[in-house]
Amino acid sequence: MDLTALDKEVLNRIQKSFPLTATPYADLASAMGVSEQEVMDSISKMKNAGIIRRIGGIFDTPKMGFQSTLCAMQVPEDRLEIVADLVNQQKGVTHNYLRENPVFNLWFTLTAPSKSKLQEILDRLGKESGLKVHSMPAKKVYKIKAIFEMGES
Amino acid sequence: MVENCREHNEIDKQIIAYIQADLPLESRPFLPLAQKLGISEEEIIIRINNLKNQSYMRRFGAILRHQKAGYDSNAMVAWLVTITEADRIGKIMAGFNEVSHCYLRDTPPEFGYNLFTMIHARSEMELQNIIERLVKASGLSKYTIIRSLHEYKKVSMIYY
Repeated sequence: MDLTALDKEVLNRIQKSFPLTATPYADLASAMGVSEQEVMDSISKMKNAGIIRRIGGIFDTPKMGFQSTLCAMQVPEDRLEIVADLVNQQKGVTHNYLRENPVFNLWFTLTAPSKSKLQEILDRLGKESGLKVHSMPAKKVYKIKAIFEMGES
Repeated sequence: MVENCREHNEIDKQIIAYIQADLPLESRPFLPLAQKLGISEEEIIIRINNLKNQSYMRRFGAILRHQKAGYDSNAMVAWLVTITEADRIGKIMAGFNEVSHCYLRDTPPEFGYNLFTMIHARSEMELQNIIERLVKASGLSKYTIIRSLHEYKKVSMIYY
């Protein structure tokens, strides 16, 4: 999908400075000098095209009292679909990817309300898959900032 | 989940539940929640601002599917760093715009790397160029590019 200059400006603004007001789309429109309808049409188009996943709050998982970890497994190729499906079924798995790496091929992130709950899910996954689940919790977080500039490429 | 975040009362939890999903594309997107909770839209906005000011929320805004927004050459790159160098180099890598996530992790010895970066680029050439710049800036030489081959799941966390 080709993005217009208006679309790109909307994308930049709604990532970095979405107006937290009762009428955010109208306020965004007035800051851009266009109509509310134009802004809403642009956002609607980009949601339908799958470019915008959602508009909402992005929370700090540890601050919210939740524990998270990056997990990796080495899954035999003929069992990938089944094990990936088993992983997907766990509430708290937000990302799950087949990846290119000689040591581990299935990589997923797991978030749970407590350390013991997290361990419980890891144990269950290990037991049900019959495979080792390696948990790699973060020791230090240097950056989390997934904002994508829609400038001219 | 009451044992977590004792600070969040029932209203805050309902607000979090509402804004962890997709905000309605309507002129007054907080109105349905205001009516449900019996409070004003202004109070909801004050409470959302409080969640942000108290760092429960990192930001409020759009989350993209970056592949569809032109960033289609992405990779997780894992580096081997010594613990004494980790903070200095982690901060250098965090300074790159193209690096969205940078973490030091506990990893099993057979994996061989411990510093993780997520890199987003608009072409394979750009990706290689960013990695070269990271190598130069960090002085690290041991790294592995871990590309995704298939996405089985990608969703936002549901807290409440």
